[in-house]
Amino acid sequence: MNNILRTENLSLVYGENTPFEKKAVNNLNIEIKEGEFLGIIGHTGSGKSTLVQMLNGLIKPTSGKIYLYDEDINANKKKLRNVRFKVGMVFQYPEYQLFEETVYKDIAFGPTNKGISGDELDRRIRESAKFTGLKDELLFKSPFELSGGEKRRAAISGIIAMDPDVLILDEPTAGLDPQGRDKLLNQIKKYHQVRKNTIVLVSHSMEDIARFADRILVMNKGKCEMLDTTRAVFSEGKKLETMGLRVPQITKIVQKLRENGINLSNDILTIEEAYSEIISFLNKGGKLK
Amino acid sequence: MRDVAFGQFIPGKSVIHKLDPRIKLILLVLYIVLTFCTFNYAALSVPLILAVVFMLLSRISIKQYMKSMKAVLVIIIITSILNLFYGNGDVVFQFGFLKITDSAINNAIFIVVRILCLIIASATLTFTTSPTDLTDALERLMKPLKVFHVKVHSIAMMMTIALRFVPTLLEETDKIMLAQKARGADMESGGILKRAKSLIPVLIPLFLSAIQRALDLAMAMECRCYHGGEGRTRMKTLTLKSRDTLSLVFFGLVITTIILFDIFIVHTKR
Repeated sequence: MNNILRTENLSLVYGENTPFEKKAVNNLNIEIKEGEFLGIIGHTGSGKSTLVQMLNGLIKPTSGKIYLYDEDINANKKKLRNVRFKVGMVFQYPEYQLFEETVYKDIAFGPTNKGISGDELDRRIRESAKFTGLKDELLFKSPFELSGGEKRRAAISGIIAMDPDVLILDEPTAGLDPQGRDKLLNQIKKYHQVRKNTIVLVSHSMEDIARFADRILVMNKGKCEMLDTTRAVFSEGKKLETMGLRVPQITKIVQKLRENGINLSNDILTIEEAYSEIISFLNKGGKLK
Repeated sequence: MRDVAFGQFIPGKSVIHKLDPRIKLILLVLYIVLTFCTFNYAALSVPLILAVVFMLLSRISIKQYMKSMKAVLVIIIITSILNLFYGNGDVVFQFGFLKITDSAINNAIFIVVRILCLIIASATLTFTTSPTDLTDALERLMKPLKVFHVKVHSIAMMMTIALRFVPTLLEETDKIMLAQKARGADMESGGILKRAKSLIPVLIPLFLSAIQRALDLAMAMECRCYHGGEGRTRMKTLTLKSRDTLSLVFFGLVITTIILFDIFIVHTKR
């Protein structure tokens, strides 16, 4: 797989040369592969949000470079807008960006800025609304009449409608109820499978990341601690704990079982996996006691 | 967006920081009046020297003062140029119908110095006084207005809340701007009309969240049984200390000096 995004010695310092100097991102070298589902985890203040905002040129790095398809995104200021169409960004609590009279018009804002109109625009709006599970009858309502979850979907549709090559979601499920969370994430996964584009998901929920991500970037104090496959990252539970993170609960449970001499596989990430592993263990005549 | 220097409080431990905010407010008003009651260069030099003393005593870097002056630089330049071409007296320089007279030059200098003094002094006040202290002081000083049924407490509370939410709203504006830029909003190019139009996607969400915030805050205040100023006591009561009295006495001396200068030195031709 080719790299779609790559950073080179990327750093961002807030309040440089003042007593409040803070290195939000510190000399970061990572690459994001085309078509992958990358999860980003890290303690609060580890620089995740700052990093993703730099990836589409919203914040200019203090030093270092970001390459999109091997092209430095900050080299030409005029092309920066194009970068933002290619790298779509869904902020935390994106519903505050809604402003139009109808949901339909609001979703149209991004693609219209990109220069899309007519039938193509209509097709994109309806398609992106379907991807996030936004019902058709909501499209012609005012966005301010929607419920919190529906607003969230409308806002995410507004980004998907630009058809970005990379879709970055910064904690898209924050503040949603458990059911809404699962539904939204499943829809994003489906979108990923259909479009085959690259997705970057920033999340605090290890369970969500374990279920969806192919690879994980672990950030700590502005630095990249690990960048590896989901299984490899979550097999280092002790290391994660030193950074204020943890492995998914089910992974921890299986690990405890292993410590008690029960011979299960050591890279279980989801409840479904644990279920089939335990069943096959029992069928082989194993005992849990 | 966040580089609004004018009116920002910078915590510190200087003498001026420690002065009673009421005294600071009274002194500022007196100072402004005085600056405009100077009629010759000797008298004018007194507020100018005072301004420098304020700057030194506040222990706040010159850079901060420069930043706050930058905001009004245009006003200073325009007024001084206008004054330069407007005035009677002996012509010093003539170019076509434009003529500059000696009294006009004096006028321009007076205006520039006065505005500079005004900015330095008011910046010193806002740099060294926290917004809450400032509104507290205002509330105390306006207390006599209660006789005329002015709701002094409500006005002070409104000011406190407004000041408190300035940084919050700035932050919010930043956030919304970034989100709309991520959707390809173009806010940096085009004519005035296009730029004004491009602000709509920022302003609508901003107003909405401001109103929502106001409603939430009102609710939170009511939940804590807020019912206005009647019978409220304060956590920090303002008391005058010897340094406050001293500064008042010192200022009295300054006033006398200026009046003496005004009376006994020949007025500058203006």
